[in-house]
Amino acid sequence: MSDAFEWLYSDIVKEHFTNPKNVFDPDEKFEADAQGIVGNIKCGDQMMFLLKIEDDKIKDVRWKTYGCASAIASTSMLSEVIKGMPLREAYGIKPADIAKKLGGLPENKIHCSVLGDKALRAAIDSWLEKRGRAGEFRGEDAVEICHCLNITDKDIEQAVKDGARTWEQLQEATKIGTVCGGCKGKAEELLHEFVHIYGS
Amino acid sequence: MNDKRFVYMDYNATTPLHPEVKSLMIEDLEIYANASSMHEAGRRARSRVEKARAAVARLVGARDPETVIFTSGGSESNNTVFNTMYEIGKQGKRRKIITTAIEHPCVLNAAAHLEEEGFPVVFLRVDDKGRVDLEQLARELDPAVTGDGGTLLVSVMAANNEIGTIQDIPRIAAMAKAAGAYVHTDATQAVGKIPVDVEAWGVDYLTMSCHKIYGPKGIGGLYARKGAPLEPLIRGGHQEKGFRAGTYNNLGIYGFGKAAELAAAELDGYRARLGALRERLRAGIVERVPHVRVNGHPTEVLPNTLNVSFPGAEGESILLSLDMEGIEVSTGSACASGSLEPSHVLLATGVGPELAHGSIRFSMGRGTTEADVDYVLEKLPPIIARLRRMSTVAACVDGVDASGDERAS
Repeated sequence: MSDAFEWLYSDIVKEHFTNPKNVFDPDEKFEADAQGIVGNIKCGDQMMFLLKIEDDKIKDVRWKTYGCASAIASTSMLSEVIKGMPLREAYGIKPADIAKKLGGLPENKIHCSVLGDKALRAAIDSWLEKRGRAGEFRGEDAVEICHCLNITDKDIEQAVKDGARTWEQLQEATKIGTVCGGCKGKAEELLHEFVHIYGS
Repeated sequence: MNDKRFVYMDYNATTPLHPEVKSLMIEDLEIYANASSMHEAGRRARSRVEKARAAVARLVGARDPETVIFTSGGSESNNTVFNTMYEIGKQGKRRKIITTAIEHPCVLNAAAHLEEEGFPVVFLRVDDKGRVDLEQLARELDPAVTGDGGTLLVSVMAANNEIGTIQDIPRIAAMAKAAGAYVHTDATQAVGKIPVDVEAWGVDYLTMSCHKIYGPKGIGGLYARKGAPLEPLIRGGHQEKGFRAGTYNNLGIYGFGKAAELAAAELDGYRARLGALRERLRAGIVERVPHVRVNGHPTEVLPNTLNVSFPGAEGESILLSLDMEGIEVSTGSACASGSLEPSHVLLATGVGPELAHGSIRFSMGRGTTEADVDYVLEKLPPIIARLRRMSTVAACVDGVDASGDERAS
């Protein structure tokens, strides 16, 4: 590190924040096959992904964001990682994989880095949907949250996408937490996160 | 390439020691005696404490130095006042607390605590420039209208830390007095930046902090008018006439005294010089960066504080980009807690969350020069342009005039 003092983030984060890769340039012609946009400006961050797709592979990618340094750096890294990647593989990338590649993020900034992969998945989902393949990759990397009713994080995400915004609405949609109730804490955390991502 | 400068523009967060305070404190490190001891060394240490108290009292216009007690800082002073109100109000009928929506968190949280304890608490609205709604205050003070046992305390900050708006404390105090309420003002950001006069303002309590006026951290003061009730927050020995226990913080107190003396002597020059620097920065930003909103009051504002919203660019990204250029500022948006809460002060002035998230506070001080301001004016526009170019949010947001001038009228 050239500076005499430590930066808030790792050098890799700093580099991706200063010189982010694959940012959409309003002046360039980028004819995207798929677009995904998530987040809510009222909550302070929003993310858009544009993809060119060929033979179920990501040929090229562009993105834009209204977000903090973590959001910019992690999305820049994500955009580099997914170039040339099969859609199915790109769909499964988790924020933790990206954070690791960035040399780590401060604990309280992890939530800022989750928008990129959500926007990417939204773009891929919309592309699949247009081709009559809706939900093809969904559920493959799901984590079971409610063990009584086998409800996963993906089910919670889908319920929020379908309009659930409160715990009661989530229960109505999924029946989560209606047996032993042991999953309520974790499920509420996820609900909060997805509501932030998909807007209130 | 230009030489990188180091430009500190976060003086409202804290200030560096005044060189004269620093040299005095280095010398005074030798003074170890307990200022409560009866022997000669103790008496000497104590007389320096009282000299400092007189200097602090003079800075805020208190005629009697005994009306000032030393605390650990602004938060303790504010809490001492609210704790006193708790002790009085828990026995009586008069227990309504009136404060504002834009106070420092220590007042907001102290007031919220009283609310939990069953006290009626009102957080006054402010207008789009950050000034308290005096009509609402008048209504809230009128027991015939609100139907309560009367107002116990009105607590309004003298000047806001984020947007710099100055309140009309003499008028607020007069209204509160007429309703029989005690009056407190958190003057943490006002002291040393504008004239502060407890007698002319007519307040019962006034909070001050030392590290905002080029003195050390960990020391502050509370003015309590003679006869105004005071309950100790910290019980123990008989220091500060029993109002604040704990061995005297000699070094902190001596530093505070010196800082207060210098702040009083330098006040006029400070106001003129900082006011001009603020105007240079404000005009420069408005001229060079399109679509900005200058927050706070245009005239009733601290001479050193400038708060600007840059729609389309996110606050932390602006802050860290400036930081890489050696410019240190703060943002109204705290993207750290997981909730991404924008500044409660900006929200209270009607700035929407989409603007509040992209707001920067530039707070200047003794060390700021014209060259510093010009350096910021050189580095800031390309940073905003870069972030806006990669943003999903358009720079044109409701409430910002397309001319790039201050709020559309």
